[in-house]
Amino acid sequence: MAADSDALQARFDRLIDADERIEPRDWMPDEYRKTLVRQIAQHAHSEIIGMQPEGNWLTRAPSLRRKAILTAKVQDEAGHGLYLYGAAETLGTPREELLDRLHTGRQKYSSIFNYPTLTWADVGAIGWLVDGAAIMNQVPLCRCSFGPYARAMIRICKEESFHQRQGFQIMLTLAKGTPEQKTLAQDALDRWWWPSIMMFGPPDAESVHGDQNMRWGIKRFGNDELRQKFIDATVPQADLLGLVIPDPDMYLDEESGHYVHGTIDWDHFWDVVKGDGPCNRERLATRVGAHDDGTWVREAATAYADKQAQRAAEAAA
Amino acid sequence: MSSKADWPLWEVFVRAKRGVSHVHAGTVHAPDAELALQNARDLFTRRSEGISLWVVKSNDITASDPDDRDALFDPADDKTFRHPTDFELPDEVANM
Amino acid sequence: MPPLLTYTLRQGDRALVLAQRLLETITHAPEIEEDMALSNLALDLIGQARALYTYAGEIDEPFEGPDGTTNHDEDHYAYWREQHEFCNPLLVEQPGEGFAQVIARQFLHDAYALPYWQAMTSSTDTTLAALAAKSVKETAYHLRHGRSWVVRLGDGTSESHDRMQSAVDHLWRFTGELFEHDEVEDQLIVVGIAADPTEIQATWLATVTDTLHEATLALPDDGVMQTGGRSGRHTESFSRLIGELQVLARAHPGASW
Repeated sequence: MAADSDALQARFDRLIDADERIEPRDWMPDEYRKTLVRQIAQHAHSEIIGMQPEGNWLTRAPSLRRKAILTAKVQDEAGHGLYLYGAAETLGTPREELLDRLHTGRQKYSSIFNYPTLTWADVGAIGWLVDGAAIMNQVPLCRCSFGPYARAMIRICKEESFHQRQGFQIMLTLAKGTPEQKTLAQDALDRWWWPSIMMFGPPDAESVHGDQNMRWGIKRFGNDELRQKFIDATVPQADLLGLVIPDPDMYLDEESGHYVHGTIDWDHFWDVVKGDGPCNRERLATRVGAHDDGTWVREAATAYADKQAQRAAEAAA
Repeated sequence: MSSKADWPLWEVFVRAKRGVSHVHAGTVHAPDAELALQNARDLFTRRSEGISLWVVKSNDITASDPDDRDALFDPADDKTFRHPTDFELPDEVANM
Repeated sequence: MPPLLTYTLRQGDRALVLAQRLLETITHAPEIEEDMALSNLALDLIGQARALYTYAGEIDEPFEGPDGTTNHDEDHYAYWREQHEFCNPLLVEQPGEGFAQVIARQFLHDAYALPYWQAMTSSTDTTLAALAAKSVKETAYHLRHGRSWVVRLGDGTSESHDRMQSAVDHLWRFTGELFEHDEVEDQLIVVGIAADPTEIQATWLATVTDTLHEATLALPDDGVMQTGGRSGRHTESFSRLIGELQVLARAHPGASW
């Protein structure tokens, strides 16, 4: 037995070292499977919960064009959640179990969605900053060692390329619009900046799973590296918008060519992760409410399918 | 865990355009085939990715066992004569 | 107001108001797949409304804007008219209290909209005929979706049967209005621009009867039908719907988005 499992482990390691993909029915270490289920599920939950802050503005979008775009975007998020649940399910955990873990607080989603969308400009800021940060995180996942996750991410990244652009365009329109609109844009940047750069997670020095995930090809870059990349890309965009990044300590380090940011309030980050962000309770309550309210519908659909199957069997007999 | 409110899983195959095969795209949950098709349409063809869909219950798929991989697939490896590249011909013989 | 303008706005309002109601349900659907399906319906309807409002702008009197004489754009009709200027049928503005009502509203509407758009493909107005050709395809899918849910819920569990029946019963009094026609419409029917609603009614009734039968649901009796949408007399919740639709645009007159 031991020899068998050694051989399986060796084969798995060989595939990982060769940068090949692991597929669902391959042998894999339990910890690899568990890590992936957790990460993919949390990613899926983030997409589904992430529909809410933007969904909040569907009925109030200020033009029909913006209404259509936002509807398509929120719909994409539902779709991306479904792609990801599908990838997680290939590892043997059914979606209803994953949803149950979300609904009972045993699994998390990205803390960024625990912030409120107070104005229309927040829809722009989410597209520009939140989707921008998400893309930085997600592009490397297209090369993730687990095949179904990598394939889902390829599809998602392709579809999401319009999300950040539409967000930036909203910000640009506001920033170049009336003085009131520009105020809205700056206010949104002020509120979304710090949560956005926290999306990359705690500094690598404090990150718990970092090293193992790197070795397994689940993670390709460190949190700090991606955060830096995001900041370097975003600061010039803010300049172009004529908006001010709300970090008075930030400066451009001429030697490295990187922007150095001020101190991040990680205590606040952990408060939000642990459930004490501005909207944690509301987001979860809405999701659980939709699920519970839908129980009779899902049951009815199953009952109808059973009846139909029975009728077909009787007709054939 | 599983209850009447949980819908089974379906595998979705999409034909992108005429002349190509249906290709596996992913999965949806649905109570029956009709809704599986509708859900697959909404999930996998939002950007004109397909002109035809197949759905099949995931449970109805029989897959080869990864442990059988060597027995099933390795025997093909040494039959290189099945491939045209195995046959060297003089350069004068173009396009055979 | 020219009859064609009134008529075009009625259709645009029908599409927009129904889309607005659908958007209220996104993130609350019984399953995530259904959030996607309802979003798709809303997207098609927003598209129809935009095309109809754009056409309305071409028919309507141009106005003196900052850049000279121009047509009103689609957003003018959605955001800058008063609630009594909206002339959608009352059915589409009814709030969807729960999934059964969302489905009943959609199905009763789509069973009308499909034959409506089919008839409009032969409208003598080429713009409306072209729009109809596109809308027929979209609506055929909407009807398929709604119909399959009516049957599934009607013939599902006893709870779903009761919920579906009461949703159909609840909305039935708003269906008669779909087939009304006034002098505005009659003028356009005569010249082949508008479809004759009496012909559509037969198709609608056949679809509804057939579907409810398959769903083991009872066809409600035709009692007193509510009416008033096309003349701008709406139901109580409509003011909130329009208020929410317009609140942001109206807070920033003259702004671009």
